[in-house]
Amino acid sequence: MAKQYETVIGLEVHVELATKTKIFCGCSTAFGGAPNTHTCPVCTGMPGSLPVLNKKVVEYATAVGLATNCKITQVCKFDRKNYFYPDNPQNYQISQLYLPIARDGYVEIEAGGHQKKIRIHEMHMEEDAGKLVHDEWDDTSLVDYNRSGVPLIEIVSEPDMRSADEVMAYLEKLRLIIQYLGASDCKLQEGSMRADVNLSIREVGAEEFGTRTEMKNLNSFKAIARAIDGERARQIELLEEGKEVIQETRRWDDNKEYSYAMRSKEDAQDYRYFPEPDLVPIVISDEWIAKIRTAQPEFQTEKMERYKKEFEIPEYDAGILTGSKKMADLFEATTAICGKPKKVSNWLMGETLRLMKEQGVEVDDLKFSPENLAKLVNLVDSGDINSSVAKEVFEKIFTKNIDPDKYVEEQGLKTVNDDGALKAVIEEIIAKNPKAVAEYKGGKEKAIGALVGQTMKAMQGKANPAKVNEMLKEMLKA
Amino acid sequence: MANVISDETIEYVGILAKLELSEQEKEDAKKDMEKMLDYIDTLNELDTSGIEPMSHVFPVNNVFREDEVTNGDGRANTLKNAPLQKNNSFEVPKTIG
Amino acid sequence: MTAVELGQKIKAKEVSVMEAVEAAYAQIEAVEQDVNSFVTIDKESAKKRAEEVQRLIDDGALTGPLAGVPVAIKDNMCIKDMLTTCSSRILEHFKPAFSSEAVLALEKAGAVVIGKTNMDEFAMGSTTETSYYGATKNPHALGHVPGGSSGGSCAAVAAGECSFALGSDTGGSIRQPSSFCGVVGLKPTYGTVSRYGLIAYGSSLDQIGPVAKDVTDCAAILEVIAGHDKKDSTSVKREDYDFTSALVDDVKDLKIGLPKDYFGEGLEPEVKEAVLNAVKVLEERGAIVEEFDLGLVQYAIPAYYVIASAEASSNLERFDGVKYGHRSADYEGLHNMYKKTRSEGFGAEVKRRIMLGSFVLSSGYYDAYYLKALRTKALIKAEFDKAFAKYDVIIGPAAPTTAPELGKSLGDPMKMYLGDIYTISLNLAGLPGMSVPVGKDSKGLPIGMQIIGDCFQEKKIIRAGYTYECATEKQYEQLAAIGKEA
Ligand SMILES: [Mg+2]
Ligand SMILES: [Zn+2]
Repeated sequence: MAKQYETVIGLEVHVELATKTKIFCGCSTAFGGAPNTHTCPVCTGMPGSLPVLNKKVVEYATAVGLATNCKITQVCKFDRKNYFYPDNPQNYQISQLYLPIARDGYVEIEAGGHQKKIRIHEMHMEEDAGKLVHDEWDDTSLVDYNRSGVPLIEIVSEPDMRSADEVMAYLEKLRLIIQYLGASDCKLQEGSMRADVNLSIREVGAEEFGTRTEMKNLNSFKAIARAIDGERARQIELLEEGKEVIQETRRWDDNKEYSYAMRSKEDAQDYRYFPEPDLVPIVISDEWIAKIRTAQPEFQTEKMERYKKEFEIPEYDAGILTGSKKMADLFEATTAICGKPKKVSNWLMGETLRLMKEQGVEVDDLKFSPENLAKLVNLVDSGDINSSVAKEVFEKIFTKNIDPDKYVEEQGLKTVNDDGALKAVIEEIIAKNPKAVAEYKGGKEKAIGALVGQTMKAMQGKANPAKVNEMLKEMLKA
Repeated sequence: MANVISDETIEYVGILAKLELSEQEKEDAKKDMEKMLDYIDTLNELDTSGIEPMSHVFPVNNVFREDEVTNGDGRANTLKNAPLQKNNSFEVPKTIG
Repeated sequence: MTAVELGQKIKAKEVSVMEAVEAAYAQIEAVEQDVNSFVTIDKESAKKRAEEVQRLIDDGALTGPLAGVPVAIKDNMCIKDMLTTCSSRILEHFKPAFSSEAVLALEKAGAVVIGKTNMDEFAMGSTTETSYYGATKNPHALGHVPGGSSGGSCAAVAAGECSFALGSDTGGSIRQPSSFCGVVGLKPTYGTVSRYGLIAYGSSLDQIGPVAKDVTDCAAILEVIAGHDKKDSTSVKREDYDFTSALVDDVKDLKIGLPKDYFGEGLEPEVKEAVLNAVKVLEERGAIVEEFDLGLVQYAIPAYYVIASAEASSNLERFDGVKYGHRSADYEGLHNMYKKTRSEGFGAEVKRRIMLGSFVLSSGYYDAYYLKALRTKALIKAEFDKAFAKYDVIIGPAAPTTAPELGKSLGDPMKMYLGDIYTISLNLAGLPGMSVPVGKDSKGLPIGMQIIGDCFQEKKIIRAGYTYECATEKQYEQLAAIGKEA
């Protein structure tokens, strides 16, 4: 009988913090920018430069630590991690090894229908590296230090995950917590959230862990899932062949769906950590922790409860609305303007999700403003436009964030409420469609639908269909 | 206790330190390091159990900057000493195969 | 003439700034080929600066004691757009984009930078012979070294090539060459002068300080360069910076401790005699002198070499041929580029310390070496705390010998390292110390007395040094002959 294997996974998640400036200098963290424009002597490792810690980094890191049930290290220090690589201008990264800012936490996830705790081993602050661009034609790489020194937290989990599903649930959970805190936008595509996967396999029932590999270069949820499956298969194959898994770092190539060893004699992984002498210890007092704790926002579970109670939103919808910070913010801001939570929820749960799926838009990339959605809700509510026009207008809001008041005005989409004009059109339609009229009068009530449709068409959609229906019935009685 | 530094160790430390030593330099380095380590080993005469390692002499803590952008476009200064540059970036031998 | 005296003459319009600067260059012209104190001499910008400073003095905008006074800066302090090499090949063409805070402070006070002084490569050495740009000679005896690593700064002051200079001190690099060159050099308490712009050797030990002709100058210079700096996280906010107020000719009841271990084996008899005579002068002025046992003296050097080398191995990783400085002309691939660049760019002593530092931090050795050294450091600091509970200052020699002959030291590094035995523990404990000339040996080589204070107690050191100077013929009046002729 074939052996049964279990996958054991731990994650190292790097998150770029949403500070305005880098961790040790006053350079901007703004994304993009021409190469090496957001740089100074500190973040390019110029001789004689010295780092000074950005206070906000400590506050964000502490907030994330508290939100993930960690113990905050009240006297914590930075260390140097030494390794040569051109994206690392000093050839050491200022990071934390001996006294990381937070330890021993956990988050709760739900995967495969059951609840599970994923423990967090530790969380530390560190600086990001620069960017390397590889020249296609030349045998060279180009170094841009704009990202060098952007603050990161690295969250190291215990090897508590057993499947790609659990990994996804864990990452989603972290992302949700951190986004709610405002500590990062956590965009995998832009690299503001990145995960390295430590994976080993063992026979089901075995106590000991197998030899693990670390996979890097995973920049989407899908890539992570594929890498887990690919690496699991590779390791099982090795074991089945009676070979050994080597403890090493591997680079996932998502196009080839295979990982490659990053081994080289020149990359001896011996980081020679020692306390950073250019920075002083950080003492996080009880008062400071209390202050950060009080400033913590409402997280998903509390928010869901509130939506259910305060706005009478059904459980399922409340879950979706609070499933991302962006959606919850949109919901709350729009509701605050128009005061119609259920209608706002309907737009978000209905047309918004439909268009997102149709156009492949991620929730964080939604571009429309609460103001415009609120205006649309009001336009429908006052009967100024009918629901089919509203859908058409919403699509414009969704893609271009147009102002619906202006748009409806300019395009002349307002419902015609002039009974005389409508009556004239209906008379014409009745005259043109004797067959349908006869059928209706003969008792086939459904036949009126065709007449309503033709009237709406003649009105270019600007009539209220209910009203058309009512008038038709009235006029056909005669 | 006399320290003995092997060829492998010198080779390994050369990789960590990114120094390429000639055969003669390697021999010298081995001897230098052995002597220094023997000397450093005299510290073992001291009982330091229970002593907290002192990385900073003064109890200065919590030196922070506020999260405010103070630097503008630093490109010209950053690149002005570059041994080799292209497209406003530092040019290095290709880092991946 | 001291820096403060020259400053007074400039203020009184007896000497113009341009004349002061030209006099310095004339002396450089006369002696530099023998002494080799400088790596870079920048006449053009100094002269432009002299005109500017003169205008500011005339306008009454500059009134400090150093306004218009020519200064030389050790070549490990960045000066914007001026060659800054650390006397290494690896920074052969490096021109920083910013200036060190200490230099900015001097410039703000109106001092005129005339050039950058030679040093042991990256401040690693005790003789200024490890410089890529050739050794500096001792102006008192050209066949001898000036000491190091701030040998260029001390020799330049001793030879009259500048009025004063800045040095840096990681294990004695200001005090030992000051002693060998017969000038006054002060290493302040760690954190007193900003390290921003100082190219790091051992970050937890490095400190910038003045090199001058007398104690008065030293106090005046320190008053200008000391201060809390937000750009240096290890900078300490002190209660007072009025060091010149300590220039008081009085040591009555000042308690002086003489560590027995500083006067024992290895100390040249002539040095011992000169220092003890100087102590006697202070005793005659009312100081209370007592011998005592300062523990752990012999452990400072091994602890220092672990900590300094470890930090240096990391600090010097940034010199890799990517962003600035030397890059090998010929390499294959990234790692080979690193190795060739660094092997060509660094000299033997720097490589030796980088290797040692990388080794003691490497996997499996960190606890045994690095943590052991940090624990030893804590014990040494505790020994000094005990001593300063009893004494106001501690006095000993700055170095066990006078300046050795050129070419005699590098062959046996271990012996060279032992020459720092009296200075090194101060860096570990963060303490201030000053070397004051107290005479010469039979070969005519200067001898320095080291006055050591508790942390933040520079004023006591200055008071003791100043009182000694007042009681004796000022040593700067016996500056190197080479400096007096021209
Ligand atoms: Mg990391
Ligand atoms: Zn910067």
